[in-house]
Amino acid sequence: MRRLLLLMLAALAGLPIANAADEPAGAIVLATTTSLDNSGLLGAILPAFTRESGIAVRVLAQGTGQALDTARRGDADLVLVHDPEAEQQFIAEGHGIEQRQIAWNDFILVGPTADPAHIAGGHDAVVALAAIAAAMTPFVSRGDRSGTHALELRLWRMTGIDPKSGAGGWYRDIGGGMGQALNAAAAMPAYTLSDRGTWLSFRNKEPLVVTTEGDPRLINRYDVIELNPAKHPASHLAAAHRLAEWLVLPDAQAAIGDYRIEGEQVFHPSAASPR
Amino acid sequence: MDEFASLSAALVSRELWQIIALSLTVSLSATAVAAVLGLPLGTALAVWRFPGRRSLILAANALLGLPPAVVGLALYLVLSRSGPLGFLALLFTPAAMVVAQAVLALPIVTALAHRAAEDLWARYGDALMDLGASRARAVPALIAMGRLSMLTAVLAGFGRTISEVGAILVVGGNIAGYTRTMTTAIVLETSKGDLPLALGLGLVLIGLTMMISAAAFGLAGRSSW
Repeated sequence: MRRLLLLMLAALAGLPIANAADEPAGAIVLATTTSLDNSGLLGAILPAFTRESGIAVRVLAQGTGQALDTARRGDADLVLVHDPEAEQQFIAEGHGIEQRQIAWNDFILVGPTADPAHIAGGHDAVVALAAIAAAMTPFVSRGDRSGTHALELRLWRMTGIDPKSGAGGWYRDIGGGMGQALNAAAAMPAYTLSDRGTWLSFRNKEPLVVTTEGDPRLINRYDVIELNPAKHPASHLAAAHRLAEWLVLPDAQAAIGDYRIEGEQVFHPSAASPR
Repeated sequence: MDEFASLSAALVSRELWQIIALSLTVSLSATAVAAVLGLPLGTALAVWRFPGRRSLILAANALLGLPPAVVGLALYLVLSRSGPLGFLALLFTPAAMVVAQAVLALPIVTALAHRAAEDLWARYGDALMDLGASRARAVPALIAMGRLSMLTAVLAGFGRTISEVGAILVVGGNIAGYTRTMTTAIVLETSKGDLPLALGLGLVLIGLTMMISAAAFGLAGRSSW
């Protein structure tokens, strides 16, 4: 017993040391979306930044709404998100200052191969959603205030249909991340709106396929936003500024464009010509 | 075959060992904190009679079912930069995860230690007092006498911490290479749709937990008192 306790105390004593050892000169918390992290992009490009600058980047992958809230509370040093309306509000509240687009890709509707709503091959997301609602076939909503969820709700508004009328039936609000939504959609099976990055890196697609793509309303812009020092004096804003600047440099932009999943380009760098 | 390629690749990676080391460090530290506080506290609750004792026992037992997500959220609000302890800059660090898990394990260790000590005190309390032991001296004596039950209490606390994900996901943030543990990695891989890898990590976690339990009982069985 005593030896066990001693062992545990030793483990406890070792903890701060272990922390101190991997504590680099500078470390910043980047609050970002699951799509950028789960797709592997940040893991592919950020090590180069850390090598150049000596600044470690701790990536906190959340939905856009949650990432912005984390920054509002002062618990992040930089945000990298994809919901234009929520970003505007964040800046209007005085939390964010400099906003720069770093890349874009697109959203897609995915659904079962059997395609019960008969929307496959279409290029109009609003028409597709209306068809899903009319056929009352299952649709999975993120329901988590993420950028993807925000876009989904904007598209529903354009259809003039209140999806909540299908709650408890065909409209299934799972309150989870993109991966959870895709897992749920694959299991039901159901349609859902996904960003292309998460979809390409997702490994449990069966029986889902892309049903709708190419609608200009499905563009997905990723912006880096720096925090206002007046509101967030305790944050590591100098180091965060270096990362924000680095992300729009030609080298980083090229790395973003070069990132491939199974041979497919996932993100289009757009710092030089924002979409 | 393809599905298991990522699993076997993950099993030999340095990243996996980092994740295992962090899981064990955080959970063992939290368990140690809970043991150091909970064993004497639970035993003292059996030995002393004082006003409020019953409510403390009741509280420890009621908190056995403390929801990790709620503990995580409460601690998040306290440790956030805009919270009362924000100046400590503990949010999204392993230390915050230790605190969260210690809070979860403490009622378990306390309640189970109390149960064990209560029986021993009823049986040997008078004898101990006749031998001239004070109540304060009786506490360590009871812990030593009931060491196997006490170990079970500590292992129950460890079981809670090593398997827990709701609290550490919130206060740790599942940051790669910094606050990612076995359980948060399992959640992440599930969300990426890599179910074989998630399941493989789960089996590794179960194996580790069993090894630690076996090692702890082995140690306790051999030591004499």
